[in-house]
Amino acid sequence: MPRDPRIKKVLVIGSGPIVIGQAAEFDYAGTQACRSLKEEGAEVVLLNSNPATIMTDKDIADEVYIEPLTAEVLEQLIELEKPDSILPTLGGQAGLNLAMELSDSGFLETHQVRLIGTTPETIKKAEDRQEFKDTMEKIGEPCAASLVVRDVEAGVAFAEEIGYPVVLRPAYTLGGSGGGIAKDEEELVEILQNGLRLSRVGEVLVERCIAGWKEIEYEVMRDGKGNVITVCNMENIDPVGVHTGDSIVVAPSQTLGDKEHQMLRSAALNIIDELQITGGCNVQFALHPESFEYCVIEVNPRVSRSSALASKATGYPIAKVAAKIALGYTLDEIKNAITTKTCASFEPMLDYCVVKLPRLPFDKFINAKRTLTTQMKATGEVMSICTSFEGALMKAIRSLEQHVDSLLSVDFSDKTEEELVERLNLVDDRRLYVIAEALRRGISRDVIHNITRIDKWFIDKIAILTEMEKRLQTEPLTGELLAEAKRMEFPDVVIGRLTGRAEREIKYLRDKYDIHAAFKMVDTCAAEFAAETPYYYSCFGSENEAAGEKTRKKVLVLGSGPIRIGQGIEFDFCSVHSTWAFSEAGYETIIVNNNPETVSTDFDIADKLYFEPLTPEDVENVVELEKPDGAVVQFGGQTAIGLTEALLKLGVPIFGTSARDVDAAEDRELFDRILEECCIPRPAGHTVYTCEEAVVAANELGYPVLVRPSYVLGGQGMQIAINDQDVEEFIGVINRTRQEHPILVDKYLRGKEIEVDAVCDGEDILIPGIMEHIERAGIHSGDSISVYPADSLSRRIKRVIEEYTRRLARALHVRGLINIQFIVSNDEVYVIEVNPRSSRTVPYISKVTGIPIVKLATEVIIGKTIRELGFEPGLQPEADYVAVKMPVFSFEKIRGADIGLGPEMKSTGECLGIAKTFNEALYKAFLGAGIRLPRTKKMIITVKDADKLEAADIAKRFAALGYRIYATRSTAKVLNENGVKAIRINKLEQESPNLLDLILEHDIDLVIDTPNQGAAKSHDGFIIRRNAIETGVNVLTAIDTARALVTSLENREEGLTLIDIAKVRGRDAYTGGNL
Amino acid sequence: MEAFLILEDGTVFSGTSIGSPKEIISEIVFNTSMTGYLEVLTDPSYAGQAVVMTYPLIGNYGICHEDMESERPWVDGYIVRELSRTPSNFRSEDTIQKFLEEHDIPCIAGIDTRALTKLLREKGTMNGMITTNEHYRLEDVLPRIREYAPREEVRKVTCREKQVLAGSGFKVALMDFGAKKNIARSLSQRGCQVTVYPAYTKAEEILADEPDGIMLSNGPGDPGECREIIEELKKLYRTEIPIFAICLGHQLMALATGGNTYKLKYGHRGGNHPVKDLTTGRVYISSQNHGYVVDTESLSEEVARPAFVNVNDGTNEGLSYVGKNIFTVQFHPEACPGPRDSAYLFDRFLKMMEVKKHA
Repeated sequence: MPRDPRIKKVLVIGSGPIVIGQAAEFDYAGTQACRSLKEEGAEVVLLNSNPATIMTDKDIADEVYIEPLTAEVLEQLIELEKPDSILPTLGGQAGLNLAMELSDSGFLETHQVRLIGTTPETIKKAEDRQEFKDTMEKIGEPCAASLVVRDVEAGVAFAEEIGYPVVLRPAYTLGGSGGGIAKDEEELVEILQNGLRLSRVGEVLVERCIAGWKEIEYEVMRDGKGNVITVCNMENIDPVGVHTGDSIVVAPSQTLGDKEHQMLRSAALNIIDELQITGGCNVQFALHPESFEYCVIEVNPRVSRSSALASKATGYPIAKVAAKIALGYTLDEIKNAITTKTCASFEPMLDYCVVKLPRLPFDKFINAKRTLTTQMKATGEVMSICTSFEGALMKAIRSLEQHVDSLLSVDFSDKTEEELVERLNLVDDRRLYVIAEALRRGISRDVIHNITRIDKWFIDKIAILTEMEKRLQTEPLTGELLAEAKRMEFPDVVIGRLTGRAEREIKYLRDKYDIHAAFKMVDTCAAEFAAETPYYYSCFGSENEAAGEKTRKKVLVLGSGPIRIGQGIEFDFCSVHSTWAFSEAGYETIIVNNNPETVSTDFDIADKLYFEPLTPEDVENVVELEKPDGAVVQFGGQTAIGLTEALLKLGVPIFGTSARDVDAAEDRELFDRILEECCIPRPAGHTVYTCEEAVVAANELGYPVLVRPSYVLGGQGMQIAINDQDVEEFIGVINRTRQEHPILVDKYLRGKEIEVDAVCDGEDILIPGIMEHIERAGIHSGDSISVYPADSLSRRIKRVIEEYTRRLARALHVRGLINIQFIVSNDEVYVIEVNPRSSRTVPYISKVTGIPIVKLATEVIIGKTIRELGFEPGLQPEADYVAVKMPVFSFEKIRGADIGLGPEMKSTGECLGIAKTFNEALYKAFLGAGIRLPRTKKMIITVKDADKLEAADIAKRFAALGYRIYATRSTAKVLNENGVKAIRINKLEQESPNLLDLILEHDIDLVIDTPNQGAAKSHDGFIIRRNAIETGVNVLTAIDTARALVTSLENREEGLTLIDIAKVRGRDAYTGGNL
Repeated sequence: MEAFLILEDGTVFSGTSIGSPKEIISEIVFNTSMTGYLEVLTDPSYAGQAVVMTYPLIGNYGICHEDMESERPWVDGYIVRELSRTPSNFRSEDTIQKFLEEHDIPCIAGIDTRALTKLLREKGTMNGMITTNEHYRLEDVLPRIREYAPREEVRKVTCREKQVLAGSGFKVALMDFGAKKNIARSLSQRGCQVTVYPAYTKAEEILADEPDGIMLSNGPGDPGECREIIEELKKLYRTEIPIFAICLGHQLMALATGGNTYKLKYGHRGGNHPVKDLTTGRVYISSQNHGYVVDTESLSEEVARPAFVNVNDGTNEGLSYVGKNIFTVQFHPEACPGPRDSAYLFDRFLKMMEVKKHA
C-alpha cells in the first residue's frame, strides 16, 4: 500500500515533562517519527510542554508548540493549525490519553481530524481493562483471573474469591502508578483506594497474583495490510512482581526454548492481529516457569520504553517504521535502514546479548523505601551489549555511574549466612549484590532460586562471575586467566583490586598478552547481510570489525549516560546538537553513550555510535581505535566532564575550555583566587576534609551554612545546616561514598537567585538571556521556577551580571559554554557557582530566544568568534516572549521520599510556559506541570516561623479567590492576627479530626507546608507531605512557589494564546541555521 | 582440549573441543536462529553439513528430547561461541555437551562465530574441517577439505521402511527425503492418517495405497543428485492427487517438471526470512534451511508460477502448478525451529484434498 495521500499535515503529541515512567524514550521515538514523517513530505505540527527535548526543535517539526498538554490546548491548537491527522501513539501514555479524550468527546470528528496509525477503537480495546479481557477471552489468549472494580468493596469481595495475594492495576496511569501487590485485606484497601483515585477513569483491575512467573515481553509491529513481525523479545531477570522498568532485562530471552518462544510469539501476533494494531505494540506475558501455561499481562498499543530498548538492542527503528506505517506504507515497502538492502518486514536476529539495568534514584532519596514493586521507580536506564551475558551484565553495572563497577561494589560481606538468606527475600535495587554474596558464601542456587524465583540460568551466570573474582584473588594472573576475566568484562581496575595490582599494571599485562577490546557491529541480521550502519559494541577475544580509518577530522562526543535526577534529557539535547554542528563543520562525529532511551544513541545521529559504558577504560578502547583529533566533554553533563582527565592521559585534546580551567572552577582555592582577581564577590566559605574542620568553618562563617561535596551535579549531597549537629550529620552522609575531592562549607545568603548561560570565544561573550528564579536561594536551581527575562532586575544589576560573566569567562579561558549562578542580595551581586559547561537551562533559553547556543558554542570551539558568527557580543536584546520553566516531580512514585525542597535537586523533569505576559506564561507553566486549580477551593497552610508573615499575605490572596483555609495552631494564629480567616486544625498527634483526616478525605486542593531547614525535620511535616502527595494533593514546600501560584490563579484567563516557537524571532544575522 | 576449524581458504579458528574429539570434513553453513538448537541439530536437511550458530549463547535450556526433529542429530559438526554450562528449563533432560558426546558429534566452542559468518557471507559457503589434531599441516589437509562434497545424503537420512501413523482423516503419503517430525505431526494434528514412505519408493507403490494427498518433505543435499526420485515425481505429477511439497520436495518437483535449481552463495538458514504470498501480497516470517533454490526462469509459465518470493533477495520461495493440485514451498511451514506463521499452508493442503475428494 503506498502512502496515503490524504495525510498532509500531522499533529504529533509529545509526552510532556519527564516523570518516572515516562522519560527520554518518547523524545527519541517522537524525534524519529517526526523526521520520518517529514521525510515523506508531511507537514508536522508538534505539541509538547517539555522544552528540554530534541523533538521541540524547529528543524524536527514545522510548527512547534511548547504548551501545556491539556485537552483545551489541544483543541485550540487543532483549530489554529488545522491538521488533517494526529499521530497519538508516539508520545507515551500522556499523548495517547489526550488524543483519546478528544476522540471520545467527538471533537476530532467535528474537526475532521483522523487519528492515524492505531485507531481509537483499538486503543480502547487494549487499554480498557474489561474490553481487553473480553477480547483476549474471545481469541483464547489467557489472562490472569481478574475483575475491574470501581469501589473498594467490590475489590475486597473479588479478592476473597480468588485468594490473596492479588495484584492491583489502575486503568490509564503512567508506569503503573498506584498499583501494587496486596497480601491481605488491609493492604488491599490501602492500595485500592489510592489506585481508584489515580486512575483517569476510576477503575482498578484486581488480579490473580502471578508473582514469580517469568516476565517476557514482545515488541511487535503490524501494518495496515495485516503483515506482522516481532522485533525482539526480552526476558526480565526479575520475575513478575517487579515493574519491567525496574527489572534487569535481557534480550533476547535466554531461558526459553523454541517451543516456549514460538508459543508466546504466536500469541503476541495473534493479539495484535485481533486488536488491529497499526504500528508498534508491546505485549507482556507471564510464563509459568514449570509449564507452558502463560497469561497476557498487558498490551501497550503504542511505542514505549520497552520499544526504545528493543530498537537500540536490535538496531530496528521501531518509531520510524511505525510512523511510516501510519502514513499507509506496508512493512515490505519500508527499507531496513541498517542494511539498506533488505526491508522492514523481517525479524532482527541478534548475535550478542543485551542487558538493561534500571537507574534508581535512591542516591537522591536516601530515606525512600528501596523495595521494587509493580510501581516503577527508576528515572532512567542503561543498556549494554556483549557477546556473553556475563560481559553484558558487567558492562551494564559500570554504566550506571553509581560508584559500582562489579558485583563486589555493594558490600554484604559483613552479613551472616542467615542474614543473607533473609535479605534475599527483600526485592530491592541491591538484590543482585546480595545474590552474588550469597553465592560467594556457598549458599545453594536452589535456596537462592526458591526465594527470588530468578531463573537458575541467571543465578549460575552470576556464580560464574563470583568464581572469577575468586580465581583472580587466589590464582596467579596468567595470560589465560586475564583473557577470561576480560571476556567477562571485568574492568582493569577491578582485576587490579582483586589481584593486588595497580590498574596500570593490568593494562600493561594486557598489552603484553595482546588482550584488547574488539568492536562488533549491531546489524539486525547476525551478519547475514552486509550492513552500512556503524553502530558498535565492544567485546574481548574477538576480531575487530570497526575500521578506525581516517578521512576527515574526528571528534569524540561523550554522552551523558543514564537519566537521573540532576542530569536529564537536556544534556542529550546538547550532545546531539553539538554532534550536528561538528558534522556540519565537516568533522567525522563519534558518539559514546549507554542510554537506550535517548536520541543520541539513535544510529543515524553521529557518523559512528559506540554503545559503551562511560568509564575511562571503555572510552580508552574507543580512543585507541578511532584516534580522534579531540573530544568534546562540555555538553555531556558531569559524566563527560568526569572523563576529561582520562582523555588527557590518553593524549586526546579536549576541544573547548581546557580541563585545567574546568578544574579551576571546581577547585575552591583556585576559584577563590580567580574571583579575587576579577573583583567578584562570593559568599564566604571554606574547603574542608573532615567533620571537625567543617564545624570550625561553619562557626566561623556563622549559621546557616551550605555544606556540599565539590564535583557534583544536581546539588547531590548539598544541605543547609543551621547548627553543629546538622553539619556532623551531613558530612557523615557525604562521606558514605568515598570522596576524591574536598567538601565545601559556605555562608548561606538568602536572596534572589539568578542564572546565566553564555557562550565565550575566549575574548567575547554572548548571553542569550538572564534567568531569574522565583524561589529564593536555598532551593536547587533545577527545582526552582525559572523566569526569562529577569524583569525584576535593575539595568545596573543586569550590567553587573553581564560584566561578571565576561570577566569569569575570560579568566577561565572559556571556549564554549559557561553557566553561572548568582545571588542578588541587598542590591549586591554574588557568584555562587560557575560551571564551564552546558547546563540544564540551555535547551530552554535557546528555544525561547531563538539563539542556538549549543551550535554557536560548538562553532566557537572549532575556532570561530562570536562576531564572525554574526552576533554582537554581550547580553542579547530581550525576546518577545516571557518563558517560565517549571520543575516537575515524581514524588508519588517514590514511597518514603521527603518532598521538601532544598539545595539537593529532586525534580525529574520540567515544562515550559511561554507567553506574551509573565502572568500567562506562569499560568501555562503551572498547567503544564499538572497543577490544575482551583477544584474544591480548600487548602491547608502550615509554615515554619520565618515564613509566617509572608504566608499571611499569600493566604489573604487565596482567601480572596474563595479559598477556605485550614491551618495548624501557630500558623492559624498568625493568619487570624493578620486578618485572614483560618480554620484551626489539629496536628497529627492530636485527636481526629486532624490534618491527616482532612487530607485523606480527598477534599483538599492544596497544601502549603514549608519545612524547617536542617536535620531536625519535623516528622509530622514529613507524614503530612507524603500523605498529601500520595492522595494526589498538590503540595508546595517553598513560600515563593506558593506566591507564584496565587499570582497565576489571580490572573487566570480563559483561552490561552498559543505560540509557535518555530517562528520565534530568530537571529537574522545568523545564517548557519540548523536550530 | 583444543580444537581447530580449518576452512578451505586456509583460515583457521581455534577453540575448545566439545562432544566428540573425532575429525570431520564437511560443508560449513551458518544458522541465525536464536532458539531451537536441538531442532537444528536433528534436522535431517543438515546431513553432510556442519552448522555454525550465529547466536552466541547455545544450550541455555538444555536438551528436551521431545523437541528432536528426527531420531538423532544429523549435522557432521557443530560450531558455537559459548555452550551454557548449566542449562535451565523445566523440560530439560540433559546438557547439550552430553548430547553431542553421546551422538559422537564434534563441536568447537569459543570461536568468533561472527567473524566466521562474515567470511562465509563474503566468500560463500565453504568446506571445512574440525579437528583436535594440533599437528595438522595445512598443505595436507586443504586439498582434502576442498575435495569434499555432500553425496547422496537423502539415502542416509530417509526411513528404511514404510510406516503408518495413527489418524482417521485424509490419507496422506509423506515422502521422507529427510522429513522433520513436525511435518507428520502437523498433518496428524489436523486428523490426517499419515503414511511415511522411504524416499526411493516407487510411485506405483504409493499410488496403490490410494492416498488423498501426497506430501513431499524437506531433505538434505543437492536436489540435482536425486535423479531416481525425480523420475518417480514425474509420475506423481501426472496424477490428479493433491501434492504439497516443502524445501527439497519443492525443488525436486520443479526439477521433475523441467525446471532447474542452483546453489545460493551462502543459503538461507534461520527463522526470520520474509516471504511474500504473491496472490495476497501478505508477507510471512518463515523458517528456512536451504542452500539450493529453484530458478523460476527455467520453468515454463504453463507449468508453474511463482507463488511466494523471498522479500530479502527476490529468490523463489514457492510455486503453484498450473492446472494441477500442486503447490510447493521453499520455506518451512512446519517451523521447529522458527515462526509458525505459515502453518496455515497445511490447512490449505487439507482444503485441496477435501475439494478433490468431493469433486
